Amino acid sequence: MSKEELLKKRYRAEKRFKFYGLTSVILAILFVLFLVNVIFSKGKGAFSRTTISVEVDFNTEKLELKNNPTNEEIQDTDFYDLSIESLLNVYKTKGLKEEKDLIRIFSPDYEIEIKNFIIENKGFLNKTAIIELTASDDIDQLNKGNYPRHLPEERRRISDFQLLIYDKLVEDNKIQKTFNTFLFTNGDSRDPELAGVGGSLLGSFFTIIVTLLLSFPVAILASIYLEEFAPKNRITDFIEININNLAAVPSIVFGLLGLGILLGTFDFPRSTPLVAGITLALMTLPRIIIPCRASLKAVPPSIREGALAVGASKVQSVTHHVVPLAIPGTLSGTIIGLAQALGETAPLILIGMVAFVVDLPSSPVDPSASLPVQVYLWSEQAERGFVEKTSATIMILLTFLITMNAFAVYLRQKFERRWS
Amino acid sequence: MTNNKVKIKTEKLDVFYGQKQALKNVNLEIFNREVTALIGPSGCGKSTYIRCINRMNDVIETCKISGSIKIDGQEINNKQIDVVRLRERIGMVFQKPNPFPKSIYDNVAYGPQIHGLADHKDKLDQIVQTSLKKSALWEEVKDRLDEPGTSLSGGQQQRLCIARAISVNPEVILMDEPCSALDPIATAKIEELMEELKKTFTIVIVTHSMAQAVRVSQRTGFFHLGNLIEVDTTDKMFKNPNNKMTQDYITGRFG
Repeated sequence: MSKEELLKKRYRAEKRFKFYGLTSVILAILFVLFLVNVIFSKGKGAFSRTTISVEVDFNTEKLELKNNPTNEEIQDTDFYDLSIESLLNVYKTKGLKEEKDLIRIFSPDYEIEIKNFIIENKGFLNKTAIIELTASDDIDQLNKGNYPRHLPEERRRISDFQLLIYDKLVEDNKIQKTFNTFLFTNGDSRDPELAGVGGSLLGSFFTIIVTLLLSFPVAILASIYLEEFAPKNRITDFIEININNLAAVPSIVFGLLGLGILLGTFDFPRSTPLVAGITLALMTLPRIIIPCRASLKAVPPSIREGALAVGASKVQSVTHHVVPLAIPGTLSGTIIGLAQALGETAPLILIGMVAFVVDLPSSPVDPSASLPVQVYLWSEQAERGFVEKTSATIMILLTFLITMNAFAVYLRQKFERRWS
Repeated sequence: MTNNKVKIKTEKLDVFYGQKQALKNVNLEIFNREVTALIGPSGCGKSTYIRCINRMNDVIETCKISGSIKIDGQEINNKQIDVVRLRERIGMVFQKPNPFPKSIYDNVAYGPQIHGLADHKDKLDQIVQTSLKKSALWEEVKDRLDEPGTSLSGGQQQRLCIARAISVNPEVILMDEPCSALDPIATAKIEELMEELKKTFTIVIVTHSMAQAVRVSQRTGFFHLGNLIEVDTTDKMFKNPNNKMTQDYITGRFG
């Protein structure tokens, strides 16, 4: 082969290589776009809620309320009869079955919603108000166009009569779509239209705080000690190998550890962010230590020597010079470790965080769900409402993770730019 | 010779890095307020030698030092000596300029701060100014003391490192090939500076440049494969060395 041909061959090889590389990048981007598209198109519905306008006459005499009642007095009053009466006014019904059908187009919390309305708007006492009541899951899905209304009646959960009511209400402009605040404020519920990730958001938040408080200081101190102070001998080699091994241990094993030690031996409260946080901290520790040590190692030795040569003690050279330079890598390593912990499901299932928790947790020792487990729980539900809620939860979780990772990138750039 | 007082004296100094012996039975005297140049081919142990004087070799775990190193008659090669205190007395300038990634001011102020040499801000400003003046950098940086030390040119960085070393008012300055990463103009500046510094400090410089040794030093030691082959006044060493090997090295026949 002549020299000329060889050269051409080399250039061809280069072009081929570039092409392969570019193809894989594009392929990866396409996969991500596909995934995001699927999740987004499925989940966007969960961010809106269907309501039905209902006229309610707050007659204090009928309600047996005094004039100017306090919130507690309203709270203690029975609104059931008023609610039913108002709901039945929406459409003309004949017989018990039709009445039941009519009431079932509303979410079962109608009484509470009416009560809450009058507590917040006392001016409507003895007046008539138009209240937006949450529609039932089926009507909600129907309104979002997800419901197969062309099926024969016996194969649908919505009866023909309910469809009739719905169409009339749409015609009268009494069906509205509003932003679904329930998704963020409510805890879990058996009714998809009322279920929200409020509880699991708080649960995840408490968990990550516990994880951060436990793993960050321990990981930082361990990596500084191992990297800067520990003698290099068999024991430290052994520790290093084991840290690397621990980082590769499947997370469910840490769940078993939490189950056996924290719940079994120490009898910590089950299903709580505290236990989840401790378990995830154990899992995250090696994953933080490794990048922390790498960033400490990346600090040029000349900086250490410079500090030592002017008479800084070992600790001073580390705290004044090495650690500040390692901070960007340390912080981003920590945040990425925490982001991994945030998305972890398996260990949480083992320590009982799959429990069905309706109440919002107010502290890390209250039972709660967490975002990834919420995804898992809802993905098993049959209702259409939960299908979109599952995707919406994934979107919320991904938003969290992307925010955390972006913050890590930001920190790294902010601290690194300063001196270079 | 202006002054015949011995500042540093090493006797039977052996240094091992693991199995490898880096210095063999080195007996060397370094005189007060003089520049002593250490020359020799790469790997001959001259850097190892100066790193023994401020105990920087302690950082290397496998390093073992035996023999005697005396500064002003005081033995420093033992566990009782406080290395932090020792390094305050013996400053060091490295081959590659290594300013801290902090401001010019903080680079110089760091030593005095950790040793508590300045009890208030004015005193610290004073020390920073004199150190920068002594290292002939003041005029170039006085308006931008807040800028990072790493933003200076290579030669300026090295003078900043010298300022950092003299800020704690040491007795000895060790220089490990301080000009090897610098251009000739920056080198000339540092050499001029050494001329000035030797009035106050004892200087030991490791260099690969014979010409530099001739220009800056009063006394020269020649190392080869861990042995100190010969040490004498620079004049004698370069004009009429006793040892054949020294003769060959300085005339460029090997090394």
